[in-house]
Amino acid sequence: MKRVARDIYDQSVEFIRTFGAFQLFFLRLLRHSPSLLVTRFPVVIKQVYNAGALSLVIIMVCGLFVGAVLALQAYSNMSIFNAEDWTGVAAHLALVKELGPVMTAILFAARAGTALTSEIGLMKATDQLAAMEMMAVDPVRRVLVPRFLGGVISMPLLAAVFSAVGMFGAHLVGVELFQVDVGSFWQQIQLVAEKADVNEGIIKSIVFGFAASVIAVWEGYNAVPTAEGVGRATTRTVVITAIAVLVFDFMITAALI
Amino acid sequence: MGDTSENLVEIRGLKFSRGPRAVFDGLDLTLRRGEITAIMGPSGTGKTTLLRLITRQLIPQAGSIHVDGVDIATLNQRDLYQLRQRFGMLFQNGALLTDLTVFENVAFPLREHTKLSQRLIRHIVLTKLHAVGLRGAAGMMPAELSGGMARRVALARAMVMDPDILIYDEPFVGLDPISMGVIVRLVRRMNDALGITSIIVSHDVEEVATVADRSFLLSEGKVAASGSPDELKTASSELVRQFMHGMADGPVAFHYEAPSYEEQLLGRDAE
Repeated sequence: MKRVARDIYDQSVEFIRTFGAFQLFFLRLLRHSPSLLVTRFPVVIKQVYNAGALSLVIIMVCGLFVGAVLALQAYSNMSIFNAEDWTGVAAHLALVKELGPVMTAILFAARAGTALTSEIGLMKATDQLAAMEMMAVDPVRRVLVPRFLGGVISMPLLAAVFSAVGMFGAHLVGVELFQVDVGSFWQQIQLVAEKADVNEGIIKSIVFGFAASVIAVWEGYNAVPTAEGVGRATTRTVVITAIAVLVFDFMITAALI
Repeated sequence: MGDTSENLVEIRGLKFSRGPRAVFDGLDLTLRRGEITAIMGPSGTGKTTLLRLITRQLIPQAGSIHVDGVDIATLNQRDLYQLRQRFGMLFQNGALLTDLTVFENVAFPLREHTKLSQRLIRHIVLTKLHAVGLRGAAGMMPAELSGGMARRVALARAMVMDPDILIYDEPFVGLDPISMGVIVRLVRRMNDALGITSIIVSHDVEEVATVADRSFLLSEGKVAASGSPDELKTASSELVRQFMHGMADGPVAFHYEAPSYEEQLLGRDAE
Protein backbone atom coordinates (compact mmCIF):
# COMPACT_ATOMS: atom_id res chain seq x y z
CA MET A 1 0.00 0.00 0.00
CA LYS A 2 2.80 2.33 0.99
CA ARG A 3 4.59 1.46 -2.23
CA VAL A 4 1.53 2.20 -4.35
CA ALA A 5 1.14 5.57 -2.65
CA ARG A 6 4.83 6.25 -3.22
CA ASP A 7 4.49 5.34 -6.91
CA ILE A 8 1.47 7.61 -7.33
CA TYR A 9 3.37 10.43 -5.62
CA ASP A 10 6.44 9.92 -7.85
CA GLN A 11 4.30 9.78 -11.00
CA SER A 12 2.45 12.94 -9.98
CA VAL A 13 5.67 14.83 -9.31
CA GLU A 14 7.07 13.64 -12.65
CA PHE A 15 3.88 14.72 -14.46
CA ILE A 16 3.93 18.19 -12.88
CA ARG A 17 7.63 18.55 -13.69
CA THR A 18 7.10 17.50 -17.32
CA PHE A 19 4.07 19.75 -17.69
CA GLY A 20 6.03 22.71 -16.30
CA ALA A 21 8.92 22.01 -18.65
CA PHE A 22 6.46 21.75 -21.55
CA GLN A 23 4.99 25.15 -20.71
CA LEU A 24 8.44 26.74 -20.53
CA PHE A 25 9.31 25.10 -23.85
CA PHE A 26 6.13 26.49 -25.42
CA LEU A 27 6.93 29.98 -24.12
CA ARG A 28 10.46 29.65 -25.51
CA LEU A 29 9.05 28.81 -28.95
CA LEU A 30 6.65 31.76 -28.76
CA ARG A 31 9.41 34.13 -27.65
CA HIS A 32 11.58 33.32 -30.67
CA SER A 33 8.73 33.14 -33.19
CA PRO A 34 8.20 36.84 -34.11
CA SER A 35 11.88 37.58 -34.77
CA LEU A 36 12.31 34.36 -36.73
CA LEU A 37 9.33 35.17 -38.93
CA VAL A 38 11.18 38.32 -39.97
CA THR A 39 14.79 37.13 -40.12
CA ARG A 40 14.24 33.63 -41.52
CA PHE A 41 11.06 33.97 -43.51
CA PRO A 42 12.22 31.68 -46.38
CA VAL A 43 13.03 28.91 -43.88
CA VAL A 44 9.55 29.24 -42.34
CA ILE A 45 7.96 29.14 -45.80
CA LYS A 46 9.87 25.94 -46.53
CA GLN A 47 8.39 24.43 -43.37
CA VAL A 48 4.90 25.63 -44.35
CA TYR A 49 5.46 23.72 -47.57
CA ASN A 50 6.63 20.61 -45.70
CA ALA A 51 3.83 20.63 -43.14
CA GLY A 52 1.09 22.16 -45.26
CA ALA A 53 1.49 21.60 -48.98
CA LEU A 54 2.68 18.02 -48.54
CA SER A 55 -0.39 17.27 -46.39
CA LEU A 56 -2.81 18.60 -49.01
CA VAL A 57 -3.54 15.30 -50.74
CA ILE A 58 -4.53 13.44 -47.57
CA ILE A 59 -6.53 16.45 -46.34
CA MET A 60 -8.42 16.79 -49.64
CA VAL A 61 -9.17 13.09 -50.02
CA CYS A 62 -10.38 12.79 -46.42
CA GLY A 63 -12.33 16.06 -46.67
CA LEU A 64 -14.11 14.84 -49.80
CA PHE A 65 -15.22 11.61 -48.18
CA VAL A 66 -16.14 13.15 -44.82
CA GLY A 67 -18.31 15.70 -46.64
CA ALA A 68 -19.86 12.95 -48.74
CA VAL A 69 -20.63 10.79 -45.69
CA LEU A 70 -22.14 13.75 -43.86
CA ALA A 71 -24.42 14.41 -46.84
CA LEU A 72 -25.40 10.74 -47.00
CA GLN A 73 -26.31 10.69 -43.31
CA ALA A 74 -28.06 14.05 -43.44
CA TYR A 75 -30.05 13.17 -46.54
CA SER A 76 -31.21 9.79 -45.23
CA ASN A 77 -32.40 11.37 -41.95
CA MET A 78 -33.77 14.64 -43.34
CA SER A 79 -35.76 12.87 -46.05
CA ILE A 80 -37.91 11.32 -43.32
CA PHE A 81 -39.23 14.82 -42.62
CA ASN A 82 -39.18 15.92 -46.28
CA ALA A 83 -36.35 18.29 -45.41
CA GLU A 84 -33.82 17.12 -48.02
CA ASP A 85 -33.01 20.76 -48.86
CA TRP A 86 -31.31 20.98 -45.46
CA THR A 87 -28.71 18.37 -46.38
CA GLY A 88 -26.19 21.07 -47.26
CA VAL A 89 -26.82 22.99 -44.04
CA ALA A 90 -26.17 19.92 -41.91
CA ALA A 91 -22.95 19.17 -43.77
CA HIS A 92 -21.87 22.82 -43.63
CA LEU A 93 -22.39 23.21 -39.87
CA ALA A 94 -20.74 19.88 -39.05
CA LEU A 95 -17.76 20.63 -41.29
CA VAL A 96 -17.11 24.27 -40.47
CA LYS A 97 -17.71 24.12 -36.72
CA GLU A 98 -16.47 20.66 -35.82
CA LEU A 99 -15.19 18.13 -38.28
CA GLY A 100 -13.10 20.50 -40.40
CA PRO A 101 -10.80 21.67 -37.60
CA VAL A 102 -10.87 18.43 -35.58
CA MET A 103 -10.28 16.01 -38.46
CA THR A 104 -7.65 18.29 -39.99
CA ALA A 105 -5.77 18.50 -36.69
CA ILE A 106 -5.78 14.72 -36.25
CA LEU A 107 -4.76 14.13 -39.87
CA PHE A 108 -2.13 16.85 -39.50
CA ALA A 109 -0.72 15.04 -36.45
CA ALA A 110 -0.68 11.76 -38.37
CA ARG A 111 0.96 13.18 -41.49
CA ALA A 112 3.01 16.28 -40.57
CA GLY A 113 3.30 15.86 -36.78
CA THR A 114 4.87 12.43 -37.03
CA ALA A 115 7.25 13.69 -39.73
CA LEU A 116 8.32 16.58 -37.48
CA THR A 117 8.80 14.36 -34.43
CA SER A 118 10.78 11.70 -36.24
CA GLU A 119 12.92 14.27 -38.09
CA ILE A 120 13.83 16.13 -34.90
CA GLY A 121 14.25 12.88 -32.96
CA LEU A 122 16.62 11.49 -35.58
CA MET A 123 18.57 14.75 -35.63
CA LYS A 124 18.99 14.30 -31.89
CA ALA A 125 19.94 10.63 -32.22
CA THR A 126 22.60 11.44 -34.83
CA ASP A 127 24.08 14.26 -32.71
CA GLN A 128 23.02 16.97 -35.17
CA LEU A 129 21.37 19.01 -32.41
CA ALA A 130 24.40 18.53 -30.15
CA ALA A 131 26.64 19.61 -33.04
CA MET A 132 24.60 22.80 -33.40
CA GLU A 133 24.94 23.44 -29.67
CA MET A 134 28.69 22.99 -30.05
CA MET A 135 28.71 25.46 -32.95
CA ALA A 136 27.03 27.95 -30.59
CA VAL A 137 23.78 27.75 -32.54
CA ASP A 138 20.61 27.33 -30.50
CA PRO A 139 18.78 24.30 -32.00
CA VAL A 140 15.48 25.53 -30.57
CA ARG A 141 15.76 28.71 -32.63
CA ARG A 142 17.36 27.19 -35.70
CA VAL A 143 15.45 23.89 -35.99
CA LEU A 144 12.37 23.83 -33.79
CA VAL A 145 10.86 27.30 -34.16
CA PRO A 146 10.65 27.26 -38.00
CA ARG A 147 8.99 23.84 -37.88
CA PHE A 148 6.62 24.97 -35.15
CA LEU A 149 5.69 28.07 -37.16
CA GLY A 150 5.25 25.97 -40.30
CA GLY A 151 2.66 23.88 -38.47
CA VAL A 152 0.91 26.85 -36.85
CA ILE A 153 0.52 28.64 -40.20
CA SER A 154 -0.49 25.51 -42.13
CA MET A 155 -3.20 24.19 -39.83
CA PRO A 156 -5.92 26.87 -40.34
CA LEU A 157 -5.26 26.83 -44.10
CA LEU A 158 -5.55 23.04 -44.22
CA ALA A 159 -8.77 23.18 -42.15
CA ALA A 160 -10.22 25.67 -44.65
CA VAL A 161 -9.28 23.38 -47.54
CA PHE A 162 -10.76 20.38 -45.70
CA SER A 163 -14.09 22.17 -45.17
CA ALA A 164 -14.21 23.50 -48.74
CA VAL A 165 -13.49 20.10 -50.29
CA GLY A 166 -15.91 18.54 -47.79
CA MET A 167 -18.67 20.82 -49.03
CA PHE A 168 -17.84 19.77 -52.56
CA GLY A 169 -18.22 16.13 -51.46
CA ALA A 170 -21.54 16.97 -49.84
CA HIS A 171 -22.65 18.66 -53.07
CA LEU A 172 -21.72 15.58 -55.10
CA VAL A 173 -23.81 13.31 -52.88
CA GLY A 174 -26.71 15.69 -52.17
CA VAL A 175 -27.12 17.35 -55.56
CA GLU A 176 -25.60 14.93 -58.07
CA LEU A 177 -26.49 11.62 -56.42
CA PHE A 178 -29.78 12.34 -54.59
CA GLN A 179 -30.95 15.08 -56.94
CA VAL A 180 -31.52 17.70 -54.25
CA ASP A 181 -32.21 20.97 -56.03
CA VAL A 182 -28.87 22.76 -56.39
CA GLY A 183 -30.41 26.16 -55.69
CA SER A 184 -32.08 24.99 -52.48
CA PHE A 185 -28.97 23.11 -51.37
CA TRP A 186 -26.78 26.22 -51.45
CA GLN A 187 -29.48 28.80 -50.63
CA GLN A 188 -30.34 27.07 -47.35
CA ILE A 189 -26.69 27.25 -46.39
CA GLN A 190 -26.61 30.93 -47.24
CA LEU A 191 -29.70 31.56 -45.12
CA VAL A 192 -28.53 29.62 -42.08
CA ALA A 193 -24.77 30.18 -42.16
CA GLU A 194 -23.53 32.79 -39.72
CA LYS A 195 -20.21 34.49 -39.39
CA ALA A 196 -19.96 33.14 -35.84
CA ASP A 197 -19.93 29.55 -37.15
CA VAL A 198 -17.00 30.28 -39.41
CA ASN A 199 -15.22 32.19 -36.63
CA GLU A 200 -15.65 29.20 -34.32
CA GLY A 201 -13.99 26.98 -36.91
CA ILE A 202 -11.16 29.48 -37.39
CA ILE A 203 -10.54 29.80 -33.64
CA LYS A 204 -10.48 26.04 -33.26
CA SER A 205 -8.12 25.47 -36.17
CA ILE A 206 -5.70 28.10 -34.83
CA VAL A 207 -5.73 26.60 -31.31
CA PHE A 208 -5.36 23.08 -32.71
CA GLY A 209 -2.51 24.27 -34.93
CA PHE A 210 -0.58 25.55 -31.90
CA ALA A 211 -1.34 22.37 -29.94
CA ALA A 212 -0.44 19.90 -32.71
CA SER A 213 2.76 21.76 -33.65
CA VAL A 214 4.13 22.26 -30.14
CA ILE A 215 3.40 18.62 -29.22
CA ALA A 216 5.19 17.37 -32.36
CA VAL A 217 8.36 19.41 -31.81
CA TRP A 218 8.36 18.76 -28.04
CA GLU A 219 8.14 15.01 -28.53
CA GLY A 220 10.93 15.07 -31.12
CA TYR A 221 13.18 17.26 -29.00
CA ASN A 222 12.67 15.09 -25.92
CA ALA A 223 12.76 11.72 -27.68
CA VAL A 224 15.10 9.11 -26.27
CA PRO A 225 17.84 9.18 -28.94
CA THR A 226 17.45 5.58 -30.09
CA ALA A 227 15.42 3.93 -32.86
CA GLU A 228 12.92 2.70 -30.28
CA GLY A 229 12.80 6.07 -28.53
CA VAL A 230 12.06 7.97 -31.74
CA GLY A 231 9.37 5.41 -32.62
CA ARG A 232 7.70 5.85 -29.24
CA ALA A 233 7.88 9.63 -29.49
CA THR A 234 6.23 9.52 -32.92
CA THR A 235 3.38 7.39 -31.57
CA ARG A 236 2.97 9.73 -28.59
CA THR A 237 2.68 12.70 -30.94
CA VAL A 238 -0.43 11.26 -32.58
CA VAL A 239 -2.02 10.01 -29.35
CA ILE A 240 -1.42 13.17 -27.30
CA THR A 241 -2.45 15.48 -30.15
CA ALA A 242 -5.70 13.56 -30.68
CA ILE A 243 -6.54 13.78 -26.98
CA ALA A 244 -5.51 17.44 -26.71
CA VAL A 245 -7.54 18.39 -29.79
CA LEU A 246 -10.69 16.74 -28.47
CA VAL A 247 -10.28 18.32 -25.02
CA PHE A 248 -9.68 21.77 -26.53
CA ASP A 249 -12.62 21.22 -28.88
CA PHE A 250 -14.92 20.65 -25.93
CA MET A 251 -13.54 23.66 -24.04
CA ILE A 252 -13.83 26.05 -26.99
CA THR A 253 -17.32 24.83 -27.92
CA ALA A 254 -18.46 25.21 -24.31
CA ALA A 255 -16.97 28.69 -24.13
CA LEU A 256 -18.61 29.86 -27.36
CA ILE A 257 -22.11 28.48 -26.77
CA MET B 1 38.31 34.90 -20.24
CA GLY B 2 41.73 35.28 -21.75
CA ASP B 3 43.71 33.70 -18.92
CA THR B 4 47.24 33.34 -20.21
CA SER B 5 48.35 30.60 -17.83
CA GLU B 6 49.81 27.40 -19.22
CA ASN B 7 46.72 25.40 -18.33
CA LEU B 8 43.75 25.79 -20.66
CA VAL B 9 41.38 23.30 -19.04
CA GLU B 10 41.46 22.47 -15.33
CA ILE B 11 39.20 19.81 -13.89
CA ARG B 12 39.06 19.39 -10.14
CA GLY B 13 37.17 16.83 -8.05
CA LEU B 14 34.76 16.04 -10.89
CA LYS B 15 31.90 13.74 -9.99
CA PHE B 16 29.36 12.54 -12.52
CA SER B 17 26.96 9.62 -12.36
CA ARG B 18 24.55 7.97 -14.77
CA GLY B 19 21.86 6.50 -12.58
CA PRO B 20 23.53 4.54 -9.78
CA ARG B 21 26.79 4.14 -11.76
CA ALA B 22 29.51 6.66 -10.98
CA VAL B 23 31.28 7.55 -14.23
CA PHE B 24 33.68 9.99 -12.55
CA ASP B 25 34.45 9.97 -8.87
CA GLY B 26 36.72 12.87 -8.02
CA LEU B 27 38.54 13.23 -11.35
CA ASP B 28 41.43 15.71 -11.51
CA LEU B 29 42.89 16.55 -14.90
CA THR B 30 44.74 19.46 -16.51
CA LEU B 31 45.07 20.16 -20.22
CA ARG B 32 47.92 22.41 -21.29
CA ARG B 33 47.64 25.19 -23.83
CA GLY B 34 48.99 24.42 -27.31
CA GLU B 35 49.38 20.70 -26.68
CA ILE B 36 47.68 17.68 -28.18
CA THR B 37 46.25 15.74 -25.29
CA ALA B 38 44.88 12.24 -25.70
CA ILE B 39 42.21 10.84 -23.39
CA MET B 40 42.38 7.06 -23.52
CA GLY B 41 40.85 4.20 -21.63
CA PRO B 42 38.86 1.01 -21.99
CA SER B 43 35.29 1.19 -23.30
CA GLY B 44 32.78 2.62 -20.87
CA THR B 45 35.27 4.66 -18.86
CA GLY B 46 33.51 7.90 -19.79
CA LYS B 47 35.88 9.42 -22.35
CA THR B 48 33.11 10.87 -24.50
CA THR B 49 31.23 11.88 -21.35
CA LEU B 50 34.32 13.83 -20.27
CA LEU B 51 34.32 15.75 -23.58
CA ARG B 52 30.66 16.57 -23.11
CA LEU B 53 31.36 17.79 -19.59
CA ILE B 54 34.26 20.00 -20.76
CA THR B 55 31.96 21.58 -23.36
CA ARG B 56 29.06 21.77 -20.86
CA GLN B 57 26.77 19.59 -22.90
CA LEU B 58 26.50 17.79 -19.57
CA ILE B 59 26.65 19.27 -16.08
CA PRO B 60 28.67 17.56 -13.32
CA GLN B 61 27.12 16.68 -9.97
CA ALA B 62 30.19 18.00 -8.13
CA GLY B 63 33.60 19.50 -8.81
CA SER B 64 34.64 22.25 -11.19
CA ILE B 65 35.75 22.66 -14.77
CA HIS B 66 37.66 25.81 -15.67
CA VAL B 67 38.27 26.63 -19.34
CA ASP B 68 40.73 29.46 -19.89
CA GLY B 69 40.28 30.46 -16.25
CA VAL B 70 36.47 30.56 -16.38
CA ASP B 71 34.30 28.21 -14.36
CA ILE B 72 31.97 27.03 -17.12
CA ALA B 73 29.22 26.14 -14.63
CA THR B 74 28.70 29.86 -13.96
CA LEU B 75 28.17 30.88 -17.60
CA ASN B 76 24.76 31.93 -18.89
CA GLN B 77 23.68 30.73 -22.33
CA ARG B 78 25.07 33.79 -24.15
CA ASP B 79 28.48 33.53 -22.53
CA LEU B 80 28.50 29.76 -23.01
CA TYR B 81 27.80 30.19 -26.73
CA GLN B 82 30.56 32.79 -26.92
CA LEU B 83 32.95 30.31 -25.35
CA ARG B 84 31.78 27.56 -27.67
CA GLN B 85 32.64 29.69 -30.68
CA ARG B 86 36.24 29.10 -29.62
CA PHE B 87 35.67 25.33 -29.71
CA GLY B 88 35.59 23.04 -32.70
CA MET B 89 34.27 19.57 -32.09
CA LEU B 90 34.47 16.50 -34.26
CA PHE B 91 31.73 14.07 -33.28
CA GLN B 92 32.19 10.31 -33.49
CA ASN B 93 29.68 9.96 -36.35
CA GLY B 94 30.42 13.34 -37.94
CA ALA B 95 26.98 14.76 -36.99
CA LEU B 96 26.62 16.53 -40.35
CA LEU B 97 23.32 18.30 -40.95
CA THR B 98 21.59 15.90 -43.28
CA ASP B 99 19.48 18.48 -45.12
CA LEU B 100 22.50 20.55 -46.20
CA THR B 101 25.18 19.84 -48.80
CA VAL B 102 28.79 19.28 -47.80
CA PHE B 103 29.57 22.89 -48.76
CA GLU B 104 26.66 24.27 -46.72
CA ASN B 105 27.59 22.10 -43.75
CA VAL B 106 31.06 23.60 -43.64
CA ALA B 107 29.69 27.09 -44.30
CA PHE B 108 27.05 26.71 -41.56
CA PRO B 109 29.02 28.25 -38.64
CA LEU B 110 30.22 31.11 -40.85
CA ARG B 111 26.69 31.93 -41.99
CA GLU B 112 25.41 31.77 -38.40
CA HIS B 113 28.11 33.83 -36.72
CA THR B 114 29.64 36.16 -39.29
CA LYS B 115 28.52 38.68 -41.87
CA LEU B 116 31.18 37.68 -44.40
CA SER B 117 30.43 38.08 -48.09
CA GLN B 118 29.34 35.05 -50.12
CA ARG B 119 32.61 35.24 -52.01
CA LEU B 120 34.71 35.11 -48.86
CA ILE B 121 32.61 32.31 -47.35
CA ARG B 122 33.07 30.31 -50.55
CA HIS B 123 36.81 30.92 -50.42
CA ILE B 124 37.13 29.83 -46.77
CA VAL B 125 34.92 26.76 -47.19
CA LEU B 126 36.81 25.55 -50.27
CA THR B 127 40.12 26.07 -48.46
CA LYS B 128 38.97 23.95 -45.53
CA LEU B 129 37.52 21.26 -47.79
CA HIS B 130 40.75 21.23 -49.77
CA ALA B 131 42.68 20.70 -46.52
CA VAL B 132 40.73 17.51 -45.84
CA GLY B 133 40.87 16.42 -49.49
CA LEU B 134 37.17 16.79 -50.22
CA ARG B 135 36.92 19.96 -52.29
CA GLY B 136 35.49 17.78 -55.06
CA ALA B 137 32.67 16.59 -52.80
CA ALA B 138 31.37 20.10 -52.03
CA GLY B 139 28.08 19.55 -53.84
CA MET B 140 27.33 16.14 -52.35
CA MET B 141 24.76 15.43 -49.64
CA PRO B 142 25.89 13.77 -46.36
CA ALA B 143 23.94 10.60 -47.23
CA GLU B 144 26.18 10.14 -50.29
CA LEU B 145 29.40 10.14 -48.23
CA SER B 146 31.21 7.18 -46.72
CA GLY B 147 31.78 7.20 -42.95
CA GLY B 148 35.37 8.33 -43.38
CA MET B 149 34.43 11.11 -45.80
CA ALA B 150 31.70 12.34 -43.43
CA ARG B 151 34.28 12.50 -40.64
CA ARG B 152 36.61 14.55 -42.83
CA VAL B 153 33.83 16.97 -43.77
CA ALA B 154 33.00 17.29 -40.07
CA LEU B 155 36.67 18.07 -39.42
CA ALA B 156 36.56 20.81 -42.06
CA ARG B 157 33.46 22.22 -40.37
CA ALA B 158 35.12 22.04 -36.94
CA MET B 159 38.08 24.05 -38.31
CA VAL B 160 36.12 26.62 -40.28
CA MET B 161 35.86 29.19 -37.49
CA ASP B 162 39.59 28.83 -36.70
CA PRO B 163 38.95 27.64 -33.12
CA ASP B 164 41.36 27.81 -30.20
CA ILE B 165 40.43 24.34 -28.99
CA LEU B 166 39.72 21.37 -31.24
CA ILE B 167 38.04 18.35 -29.71
CA TYR B 168 38.12 15.03 -31.52
CA ASP B 169 35.85 12.21 -30.42
CA GLU B 170 37.29 8.97 -31.85
CA PRO B 171 38.67 10.66 -35.00
CA PHE B 172 40.40 7.57 -36.37
CA VAL B 173 37.54 5.07 -36.25
CA GLY B 174 36.46 3.80 -39.67
CA LEU B 175 39.11 5.66 -41.66
CA ASP B 176 41.15 3.90 -44.33
CA PRO B 177 44.93 3.96 -43.73
CA ILE B 178 45.48 6.81 -46.21
CA SER B 179 42.78 9.03 -44.69
CA MET B 180 44.04 8.17 -41.22
CA GLY B 181 47.57 9.21 -42.13
CA VAL B 182 46.26 12.47 -43.60
CA ILE B 183 44.13 13.22 -40.53
CA VAL B 184 46.97 12.47 -38.13
CA ARG B 185 49.25 14.79 -40.11
CA LEU B 186 46.53 17.44 -40.27
CA VAL B 187 45.95 17.36 -36.51
CA ARG B 188 49.65 17.74 -35.85
CA ARG B 189 50.13 20.46 -38.45
CA MET B 190 47.18 22.55 -37.25
CA ASN B 191 48.37 22.38 -33.70
CA ASP B 192 51.89 23.46 -34.55
CA ALA B 193 51.03 26.09 -37.16
CA LEU B 194 47.99 27.70 -35.54
CA GLY B 195 48.78 27.11 -31.86
CA ILE B 196 45.51 25.25 -31.33
CA THR B 197 44.97 23.10 -28.28
CA SER B 198 43.66 19.68 -29.21
CA ILE B 199 41.90 17.04 -27.16
CA ILE B 200 41.62 13.59 -28.69
CA VAL B 201 39.54 10.76 -27.35
CA SER B 202 40.71 7.57 -28.97
CA HIS B 203 41.31 3.86 -28.62
CA ASP B 204 43.95 3.81 -31.33
CA VAL B 205 47.11 3.58 -29.26
CA GLU B 206 49.44 3.61 -32.30
CA GLU B 207 47.92 6.69 -33.95
CA VAL B 208 47.69 8.56 -30.66
CA ALA B 209 51.35 7.76 -29.99
CA THR B 210 52.37 9.47 -33.22
CA VAL B 211 50.37 12.63 -32.63
CA ALA B 212 49.79 13.27 -28.90
CA ASP B 213 52.08 15.27 -26.65
CA ARG B 214 50.50 13.88 -23.51
CA SER B 215 48.04 11.12 -22.74
CA PHE B 216 45.71 10.39 -19.87
CA LEU B 217 44.50 6.89 -19.23
CA LEU B 218 41.13 6.79 -17.47
CA SER B 219 39.94 3.91 -15.36
CA GLU B 220 37.22 3.58 -12.72
CA GLY B 221 36.33 7.27 -12.78
CA LYS B 222 39.84 8.55 -12.22
CA VAL B 223 43.10 9.15 -14.07
CA ALA B 224 44.97 5.86 -13.81
CA ALA B 225 48.12 7.15 -15.55
CA SER B 226 49.37 10.13 -17.49
CA GLY B 227 52.46 11.08 -19.46
CA SER B 228 53.84 11.04 -22.98
CA PRO B 229 52.77 8.05 -25.11
CA ASP B 230 56.30 6.63 -24.78
CA GLU B 231 56.16 6.94 -21.01
CA LEU B 232 52.82 5.13 -20.93
CA LYS B 233 54.15 2.37 -23.19
CA THR B 234 56.99 1.65 -20.80
CA ALA B 235 54.97 2.12 -17.62
CA SER B 236 55.11 -0.65 -15.05
CA SER B 237 51.44 -0.46 -14.03
CA GLU B 238 49.61 -3.61 -15.08
CA LEU B 239 46.53 -1.71 -16.21
CA VAL B 240 48.57 0.66 -18.37
CA ARG B 241 50.56 -2.19 -19.88
CA GLN B 242 47.42 -4.18 -20.63
CA PHE B 243 45.78 -1.25 -22.40
CA MET B 244 48.82 0.08 -24.27
CA HIS B 245 49.82 -3.37 -25.52
CA GLY B 246 46.26 -4.68 -26.08
CA MET B 247 46.68 -7.69 -23.79
CA ALA B 248 43.65 -9.93 -23.17
CA ASP B 249 44.62 -10.72 -19.57
CA GLY B 250 45.01 -8.07 -16.93
CA PRO B 251 43.15 -5.96 -14.42
CA VAL B 252 40.56 -4.87 -17.01
CA ALA B 253 38.28 -7.87 -17.56
CA PHE B 254 37.05 -8.59 -21.08
CA HIS B 255 33.77 -9.94 -19.69
CA TYR B 256 31.17 -7.67 -18.16
CA GLU B 257 30.36 -8.58 -14.57
CA ALA B 258 28.16 -11.70 -14.63
CA PRO B 259 27.20 -14.68 -12.46
CA SER B 260 29.15 -17.92 -12.76
CA TYR B 261 29.05 -19.23 -16.36
CA GLU B 262 28.59 -22.81 -15.25
CA GLU B 263 25.80 -21.99 -12.79
CA GLN B 264 24.02 -19.89 -15.40
CA LEU B 265 24.22 -22.64 -18.04
CA LEU B 266 22.87 -25.14 -15.54
CA GLY B 267 20.07 -22.71 -14.70
CA ARG B 268 21.01 -22.51 -11.02
CA ASP B 269 21.22 -18.74 -11.03
CA ALA B 270 17.43 -18.54 -11.53
CA GLU B 271 16.69 -20.67 -8.46
